[in-house]
Amino acid sequence: MITWEPSCSLDLLQLRATVLHKIRGYFYEQQVLEVETPILCQSIGTDPYIDFFSTQSSNSKSLYLQTSPEFSMKRLLSAHACSMYQITKAFRQGESGRYHNPEFTLLEWYRVGFDLTQLMDDVANFLTLFLKESDFSAADERLSYIQVFKRYTGLDALVFSLPEYQKVADAHHLPDAFAVCGNSHTAWLDFLFSACVQPHLGNKGLCMIYHYPAILPSLARKLEHNPLLVERVELFVAGVELGNGYFELSDVQEQDVRFTQDIALREKNNTVKVAKDERFLAALQHGLPDCSGIAIGLDRLLMLIAHKESIDEVLAFPVNRA
Amino acid sequence: MATYSTNEFKAGMKIMLDSDPCAIIENEFVKPGKGQAFSRVKIRNLKNGRVIERTFKSGESVEAADVVDLDMQYLYHDGEFFHFMDPESFEQYQADESAVNDAKLWLKDQDMCILTLWNDAPISVTPPNFVELTVAETDPGLKGDTSGGGGKPATMETGVVIRVPLFVQIGELLKVDTRTGEYVSRAKS
Repeated sequence: MITWEPSCSLDLLQLRATVLHKIRGYFYEQQVLEVETPILCQSIGTDPYIDFFSTQSSNSKSLYLQTSPEFSMKRLLSAHACSMYQITKAFRQGESGRYHNPEFTLLEWYRVGFDLTQLMDDVANFLTLFLKESDFSAADERLSYIQVFKRYTGLDALVFSLPEYQKVADAHHLPDAFAVCGNSHTAWLDFLFSACVQPHLGNKGLCMIYHYPAILPSLARKLEHNPLLVERVELFVAGVELGNGYFELSDVQEQDVRFTQDIALREKNNTVKVAKDERFLAALQHGLPDCSGIAIGLDRLLMLIAHKESIDEVLAFPVNRA
Repeated sequence: MATYSTNEFKAGMKIMLDSDPCAIIENEFVKPGKGQAFSRVKIRNLKNGRVIERTFKSGESVEAADVVDLDMQYLYHDGEFFHFMDPESFEQYQADESAVNDAKLWLKDQDMCILTLWNDAPISVTPPNFVELTVAETDPGLKGDTSGGGGKPATMETGVVIRVPLFVQIGELLKVDTRTGEYVSRAKS
């Protein structure tokens, strides 16, 4: 039988429309400019663990479906230095599950002149609009990555010791930890964080984890007084990762080095080759204003507001019906 | 050798794990921040029924298990083996005590059940959710008690002992839930 019907109820379609309306209202009031940038691009990010969709244009040049509007928006910021936001589709190959659909909606915004603390204030302010109507506490919790990792694992996130990390995996009955992570410090951090820390985060309301270890890939700038950490924040509500933000890296040399490292890592992992986005680097060379930005998964936000268990319930047509 | 990538994992899929056939109950795609993705999978070991949680690197390949569930008729027990027949092909299978396990408490000759085959050999037997069994032995019922409150033990024809209401008599046919081992009602005979 052919499934032609949407997987999402009319109530949830209406909720999506209402949320979009409120988002536009919030940013209009804050005088943040709504922008549109291309979904189909000539370059793509080098993120070592994000797979993309590519396609061919008629002159056989490769084009990519964006995995995030970050580079385009930073080019706009470099040109015009004004706070801006965008609601757009992003695409990630192979990401499918309760919280993932290969095509999803991102809300991404940048605040010129904001540091990470100001961005967190802004995010809390924004999310209260939605969470307060949905049985979540209006108060937000803010913890540093190091602090929260220590709290739930007893480990120092900055110092890797395989036996110590293995002990924690054993205590949490995670027999595959070594098979999955091997000797990679970053893999162990992600693995233990998602298994032992994340389920505890944001059970009352918004929880913001900030100052991530610099060894985890990101486009955040390093802390002025501690280069082992970066000015990055992740948002969690009810154990679900809702967004990722940075006090943005604007140093073109440093960005170029990170691209090179990412590309080397992709090569080592045998993932599809990508080239540096030269237009983005040229924009940084021209000068990205000091700014902080964040991307929020809109479909997940809808899941949380409506207390739904699966992303399919808030999408009209998830990929298996698209 | 057939394999599945973790990207194809879904409930009901049969895979090999630590040389045992297993069924996937639930698969969760996990992608922490900008890090490496993995699959957190709830799995039932089909040989011992135990449920465990395992994690795989996203994209990793896992050997598929040649496991099928077939509707079979239970024929008889010869003292050592239990014999089953596919009612369509009339092909017969014999299963040992360890495969039949608790299912033997509920099966009588001619009953239908599900036989799980791994590489063509039976590894487990699942009785229907409800079976009808005759009471072989129980204390005499109390006159006038039809409420069923309290209850008493009764030995059924297969040897299993369940709790039944006080009014139930020897020789009566009862409907029993095999998942909970509880009395449901008198069966209409």
